[in-house]
Amino acid sequence: MNGGTKPMSGEEKQRRIVPIGPYHPLQEEPEFFKLIVEGETVVDLEIHLGYNHRGHEFISPELTYEQVPFLVERICGICSNSHPLAAVLAIEDCAGIKPPPRANYIRSIIHELERIHSHLLWVGLAGHFIGYNTVWMWAWRYREHILEVFEMITGNRNHYAANKPGGVRWDIKPEQIPPIEAALDVVEKKTMMLTKAVLDDPVIRARLEGVGILTREQALQWSVVGPTARASGVDIDVRRDDPHAAYDQVPWNVIVLPEGDVFAKAKVRLLEIFESVRIIRGCLQNLPEGPIDTRIDEVPPGEGIGRTEAPRGEVFHYIRSDGSNRPLRHKIRAPSYMNIASNVVAVRGGSIADAALTLAAVDPCYCCTERMAAFEDGKMKFTGNELLRLSWEKTEKIRERFK
Amino acid sequence: MSESLKLFLERFPDTKVFEKNPRRLYLTIPREKLTAAAKFLHEERGMRLSIATGIDTRHGFEVLYHFSEDTTGIIYTVKVFAPKDDPRIEAQGGWFPAAQWIEREMHELLGIDFVGHPNPAPLLTSDTDWEQGRYPLRRDYERRNEAHER
Repeated sequence: MNGGTKPMSGEEKQRRIVPIGPYHPLQEEPEFFKLIVEGETVVDLEIHLGYNHRGHEFISPELTYEQVPFLVERICGICSNSHPLAAVLAIEDCAGIKPPPRANYIRSIIHELERIHSHLLWVGLAGHFIGYNTVWMWAWRYREHILEVFEMITGNRNHYAANKPGGVRWDIKPEQIPPIEAALDVVEKKTMMLTKAVLDDPVIRARLEGVGILTREQALQWSVVGPTARASGVDIDVRRDDPHAAYDQVPWNVIVLPEGDVFAKAKVRLLEIFESVRIIRGCLQNLPEGPIDTRIDEVPPGEGIGRTEAPRGEVFHYIRSDGSNRPLRHKIRAPSYMNIASNVVAVRGGSIADAALTLAAVDPCYCCTERMAAFEDGKMKFTGNELLRLSWEKTEKIRERFK
Repeated sequence: MSESLKLFLERFPDTKVFEKNPRRLYLTIPREKLTAAAKFLHEERGMRLSIATGIDTRHGFEVLYHFSEDTTGIIYTVKVFAPKDDPRIEAQGGWFPAAQWIEREMHELLGIDFVGHPNPAPLLTSDTDWEQGRYPLRRDYERRNEAHER
């Protein structure tokens, strides 16, 4: 560490600050970590938040209950089903009504599809973080199948607008079921391949095992949720513990691992993809007939709590109603709020090189889907295939030039 | 009645219980007993803190600590009141790290004082030039357009 010279004494050991942020170079989102280091060892962490504070809790009381799901959907582009689902569960808890069975099944299907695409996104990012860009490109390629299913069901690849108080907006038609099942088959097969490739790779194991350990006691103290908690041996999952939607109607398992390091977090997420595939298949097989929404006449004065398991952990929404058509107070807690705070203990004692990985292991959110479309006189100018052809032609031209 | 609620009522007999439905319990206690109640729920009953909510109502500030018991799926919401002219509550962040951020946030958005908090600096506005003493989630908060659009 100090080049073979005499070891540092107490006075010589200086504390320095290594900043990561305010704009994270790789995660592309604004948050500021101040790593306090001694030599190469991280001794403490300061987290600064608030660069991205958009005041949802302030805006929500100005909107009607029908509009609130659209607002909370925009909290995060990746969890764009978890927040509206938790919000409508809170409204339904407050009003004391239950959605029809078909709505519950569709909610579960869309929620699990979201989990698959979010976990694949994280696996890709993790690969990118440690320099394995093949993993990144594979994972994001397979994620594309899920996004296409979303586009077919709801018309959007992200921001599905699937939930409303009392039910769902989009029905799953019988002719849509075979393409969904086909996409699931592809994703399951490819994820199996990816999981084996990632978990058996000695370099990835050497890089991730024993890094950024969060023990079970620390996980409980910091009340972390989701895969971050489950990888530390805390057996919690809101889908099972507080059943909502159709999660108690189909068989599935909660993945729990005891190690608490980054490798365990990756493993939990990869294995959860298979459970999600199981849930969706089960829901599609027993999809009940009937209406997809029910009428809410009024939301009486009172309070309601809705929570659901987002890909990153428990999302918590609390709504206080005064009997009018808009909430009096709407408290929103995203899973990253608890998970990011626990980084303070997870990075302590590790080296600087591992810190960026540890900070990314809890899967902090950012919004990403972007596609190009060119319009002229109200008509689409290029289709996706034409854009692909154009890019190939361009590549050929560049090759010609450098021959 | 659930096991934890029975033990809670034995320990804190002057609790007002409101059962919204079997998995949503609201327990109103005097604010002096908050620390004892929170310690009981977390340390003895193994519950995790989901989050705390602060509300400015006509009668004073309400602070709700939502504890989640994951073995049963019940949320125990501990509710305490602080009058408007004395908005002080014992901080839980000192012994329970999960409560640190949310108490800082409630302090800056609602102006509730958390006595004994280890790091009472603002959480969200620490790097901005937000005026001290303007609390956006209070009922009497006035919008100033330029300040909002900046």
